[in-house]
Amino acid sequence: MSENSLAIRKFSDLANPTRFLALAARVLPWFAGLTVLLFAVGLYLSFTTEGDYQQGETVRIMYVHVPAAWLSMMCYSVMALSALGTLVWRHPLADVAARAAAPIGASFTFLALVTGSLWGKPMWGTWWVWDARLTSVFVLFLMYLGLMALNRAMDEPGKAAKVSAVLILVGFVNIPIIKFSVEWWNTLHQPASVLRLGGSAIDPEFLRPLLVMAVAFTMLFFTLHIAAMRNEIWRRRVTSMRRQAARSAGREA
Amino acid sequence: MMTHTAYVLASYGIATITVCALVLWVWTDGRARRRELRALESAGIRRRSAQAGDVP
Repeated sequence: MSENSLAIRKFSDLANPTRFLALAARVLPWFAGLTVLLFAVGLYLSFTTEGDYQQGETVRIMYVHVPAAWLSMMCYSVMALSALGTLVWRHPLADVAARAAAPIGASFTFLALVTGSLWGKPMWGTWWVWDARLTSVFVLFLMYLGLMALNRAMDEPGKAAKVSAVLILVGFVNIPIIKFSVEWWNTLHQPASVLRLGGSAIDPEFLRPLLVMAVAFTMLFFTLHIAAMRNEIWRRRVTSMRRQAARSAGREA
Repeated sequence: MMTHTAYVLASYGIATITVCALVLWVWTDGRARRRELRALESAGIRRRSAQAGDVP
């Protein structure tokens, strides 16, 4: 068997929810352990490194704010890929992945908004401004809430999957707007200082805790996402088994 | 007027509460679904694929 077809077979094996459940059971304890370990190191670094000469202690807020903001966008990108999986390849787990990611993404976006606000008050002198970056992230938060509401409102899972996949892909236009808002418009929010052309503009003293916390948050996302996908598969199984039980009870009556 | 430390503590406090709430929600949701599945299986209800002798 060629390597290519082996890779395809591996991918389609994952499409089987039962195989996914087996894989989730194997990887989840490792992922959870690694997340705790990374957070322990990240939090230690966050509180032991020096404060900034201008921001003082408030630089420590960045070690939560920046990873949460990154994750809020990454989570939506995962949902957009899943939406493609639903519409193009009809992958059975794609809708499960998108649905499970929405509440996690909403939580990270909420965290990015709140911690940003708590940094903004002492540094900018205001909790909130309607500049392009803050507004576009607020719109992202509303989109997560809208998608969660839509998923709950529709009874038919197949139809809900298609409608929310289309909506997710339409909403994806907001992600580049968030990323480049600080360059396209004159915003109070500063431009990118880690992922930018010409390399990071941050001192290694601050970059170390930031990167460790970013990896910790990413691992937290994957751990929670896999666990939430597993829950969603179980939820669908319960629904189909109940329907089956009702049908067979109806036949007997 | 809050001190800088208070803003930092408020940020980490809210982050801890949000992450803990999220973990707790995923964990309790999983437990509840597992309980429902066990109850259905003990009532003798099997999924069609399981009845056909396919992967359990």
